Amino acid sequence: MTVAVKESIIVEQGRPVERIRRRRDWAMLPAFITCLIVASIVLIPLITVFLGGLRTNGELLNKPFSIPTALHFENYQKVLAPGSPFWGGLTNSVVILIGTLALLLVTASPAAFVLARISFPGREIIFNIFLFGLLFPLTVAVLPLYITIRGLGLLNTAWAVILPQVAFSYPVTILILRNFFRAVPQELEDAATIDGASRLGFLLRVLLPLSRPALAAVSLVATVGSWNSFLLPLLVLNDESTWTLPLAVTQFQQQFTTDWASVLAFVTLAMIPAILIYLLAERQIVSGLTAGAVKG
Amino acid sequence: MQLTVSPAVTSRKFFTPRSRRRWGDAMTIILFLLPSMVLYIVFVLVPVIQAAQYSFYKWNGLDALTDYIGLGNYQLMLKDPIFLQAVKNNFLIAILSLVFQLPAAITLALLVNRKLPGRTVFRTIFFLPYVLAPVVVGLIWYYIYNPSNGLIAGLFHQFAPQATPPAFLADPNAVLYALFVAITWEFFGFHLILYLAGLQNIPEDVIEAARVDGANGWQVIRHITLPLLGSTIRLSAFLSILGSLQYFDLVYVMTNGGPVNASQVMALYQYHFGLQEFRLGYGSAVGVMMFVLCFIFGLLYQRLIMRQDLSGNAAL
Repeated sequence: MTVAVKESIIVEQGRPVERIRRRRDWAMLPAFITCLIVASIVLIPLITVFLGGLRTNGELLNKPFSIPTALHFENYQKVLAPGSPFWGGLTNSVVILIGTLALLLVTASPAAFVLARISFPGREIIFNIFLFGLLFPLTVAVLPLYITIRGLGLLNTAWAVILPQVAFSYPVTILILRNFFRAVPQELEDAATIDGASRLGFLLRVLLPLSRPALAAVSLVATVGSWNSFLLPLLVLNDESTWTLPLAVTQFQQQFTTDWASVLAFVTLAMIPAILIYLLAERQIVSGLTAGAVKG
Repeated sequence: MQLTVSPAVTSRKFFTPRSRRRWGDAMTIILFLLPSMVLYIVFVLVPVIQAAQYSFYKWNGLDALTDYIGLGNYQLMLKDPIFLQAVKNNFLIAILSLVFQLPAAITLALLVNRKLPGRTVFRTIFFLPYVLAPVVVGLIWYYIYNPSNGLIAGLFHQFAPQATPPAFLADPNAVLYALFVAITWEFFGFHLILYLAGLQNIPEDVIEAARVDGANGWQVIRHITLPLLGSTIRLSAFLSILGSLQYFDLVYVMTNGGPVNASQVMALYQYHFGLQEFRLGYGSAVGVMMFVLCFIFGLLYQRLIMRQDLSGNAAL
């Protein structure tokens, strides 16, 4: 008896709620369809490029949208063959990425620490000199940069890309890390000091572990920047053996202008690392990239 | 002795336990700051100053820097129709972005912000092009536009075999718009995310209150959401215009400035004339010009338009 009553109440209450929800769902249909259309505008080029790598050049023209009937792995095989520019580009891009991240974190965190937590005369001036760099994109100083790198004898080395990339990343990186370091309460540092920690000890054992979210955001921003950078490598890496992935893919396209199927296979393979990193760390990448821009 | 100590020493902190580490602190400050300062000075500050210096010389980048020509490079640049075309193209891309890309991003943000089913998936997809290398995006769109066996050509082949597929990138009147489509494809997701963050900061009860007062959906957007989104819109427009003045990768890959400079942009012009023709003085002048344009724009924009957003924000 009681059970039946309860059920009827639930049904009574359920109906109008359901009706409202359903009405809302219908009202969202145009929005949903719009988003679906935009999502396919984003995805269709990516999917056709991926599938294009599995076709022959003749099929590319005749049926660009159909699912390939026979999969032609030879394009991907050609790009992935030992000694192909893909592997060289991948290796160089990874070396430059790791070098950039390591050097950036090792040099920027102590600087941000000093600028955040030790007061000394001239601190704000130094910090503002770093902030000043936000005004200069690498593009406007790229020719003197080329001369500097040539003067240091670094042309055609990974350092030619790593050092300027790190230097141009300081403004945003130090700004974000400094703000984060400042938010850590002074009591924590006093406690660490009483326990006998030096400044370096406090930075390494307390501050940096606490700042993992900020370090992750900063690293991911630098990763995307380093992985995608093109103008600087184009100027300072002239030797084919030193080319990064973006350089290798453009050169491959210029070399095999008529063999689009292979070019599409190369483009797909060049995209995959970036897409994987993005899907693994979407939240940090999105917040890092937008926060960096907002701060900048 | 007591009388000669500086005010910094006599400050409150003198008597804290930390004061004993002042000497250690001085070393810490120097050691911690030195590496980044050196790199920053050598690879950012000096090149920026050198760009200004080189811009007053006629220089091929190899001989001694002796051929001082004052403002000669700047006069030459401002008389060169190709450079003026490049500036015009940069600004046209900026205007197109303001008129089409940003409103589209706002609209989509408003749609995704509601309790739309699958909105996290949509957000992931929309932002995806922004993390791809501009070079890769350029190649993808170069393929799409390719008149011999690209995607659009394939569409024509399938549905209108007798028609000749259009060659957008070879048409001086269409090339900039074709580039703009690729640019929008890559960047709209970034602006969308900015707007979503802005929308998150609008309190739910303000909108609820307007609804209770009888405002319809459009009225809420027009009179509540958009005004409250104002600072985000101004920021997004600012970033979009600054970005538009600096495009290089995408244009380099898709058209290299062609056909006949119809899609020339400033950064590409700097590369062609500065490095490929070994006119480093001239190229540096172009770089300085780009900086001056961005700087003046940035200054005016912040003074005139973003003033209300920056006041009260002590961080910057």
